Amino acid sequence: MIPAAFDYIRAGSAEEALAALAEHGDEAKLLAGGHSLLPLMKLRLATPAVLVDIGRLDDLSYINDAGDHLAIGALTRHRDVETSELVQSQAGLLAEATSHVGDPQVRHRGTIGGSIAHGDPASDLPSVMLAMRATLVARGPGGEREIAIDDFFTGFLETALGDDELLTEIRVPKMPDATWGFQKFNRRAQDWAIVGVSAIVNNGNSGVGLVNMDSIPVRAAGVEAALAGGASASDAAEAAAEGTNPPSDLNAGPEYREHLARVLTRRALEAAGR
Amino acid sequence: MEVTVTINGDSHSHDVEPRTLLVHYIRDVVGLTGTNIGCDTSSCGACTIHVNGESVKSCTMLAVQADGQDLLTIEGLANGDVLHPMQESFRQCHALQCGYCTPGMVMAAVSLLDENPDPTEREVRIGLEGNLCRCTGYHNIVKAVLHCAEASS
Repeated sequence: MIPAAFDYIRAGSAEEALAALAEHGDEAKLLAGGHSLLPLMKLRLATPAVLVDIGRLDDLSYINDAGDHLAIGALTRHRDVETSELVQSQAGLLAEATSHVGDPQVRHRGTIGGSIAHGDPASDLPSVMLAMRATLVARGPGGEREIAIDDFFTGFLETALGDDELLTEIRVPKMPDATWGFQKFNRRAQDWAIVGVSAIVNNGNSGVGLVNMDSIPVRAAGVEAALAGGASASDAAEAAAEGTNPPSDLNAGPEYREHLARVLTRRALEAAGR
Repeated sequence: MEVTVTINGDSHSHDVEPRTLLVHYIRDVVGLTGTNIGCDTSSCGACTIHVNGESVKSCTMLAVQADGQDLLTIEGLANGDVLHPMQESFRQCHALQCGYCTPGMVMAAVSLLDENPDPTEREVRIGLEGNLCRCTGYHNIVKAVLHCAEASS
């Protein structure tokens, strides 16, 4: 399978990438590690006229302690996130979930920013971002802006990023004392999650994000509210599928996904010590 | 677009279409056909090579992305007639049946031990989750990786 023809631009800097986006608009797609985009291009489900390769913007690959949060460059590879002692100690849920993304080969190429900007509801990392209430930083022609994770996912594979914007940084609140659980249910190793759950409890506050329970990555708001009201893990988990619109595919229909969401949420919360 | 890569220590330069996949470049342009194409959907790992020392699925990378990078394929693993310890372990442990997955399996296994020289059996199984053996010969493959780790320690 070979992608449809495209013009290739290798950006030498974020500014060059932004200039290319400004010139080509929605004809252009950004290429980071390529492990979400290239499979779609090979299937001709994506046929961008222009591919802007940002894979060499090494200045956007970093993991920094920024006081109350970790600042993670959008082009940081999964492998570097999962093995980072800083991430392991300050955002253990993120390190653990990242170690379940794809397989080792995928994690050698794929990036945290690419995974999030792709906006796939079946991806693992958006659920972590929701649970930990991350903030995303985008750079565009008018400068930088912050986007709260709850405002980021706007539709199936669609995000709040403009056609002329580049995701540059992921800000994850530091939670060294948090307890958490990550559950990913699939039938075969390396498959996408049929349903997944990220749950974290930090200073009595909880966050729960769901994988593959709607057309966009969603928060289990009902579970969070129940926990805030003092509900047990098993009682709170009953609300896991509330307000979701789970997809139907070869692996599972909506009802089975709702069941999985409840069971996996309970397990994730129990792992988080609730 | 002009692409220059180092493959198994040799420099190669070619003018390629941007949409050329790295695995097609390696097999059809450079002529190194040891790297197999299996599923072509980044699932099976048959096309695994090393890019700058790390395992990568070459069906999910463009040749232009590899420009300037250092690649290693299965042909570059042995030292002349002397097999790489992982290849020797696969041979000793009979870790192949039809052999189709073997080049990718070996490349993934070498990368695995580079990152984790003394893995448990479970770590080997998880570490090779990106490689499928349709003969289902996993047991001896895992044994071979553990044998190699032990022999190297």
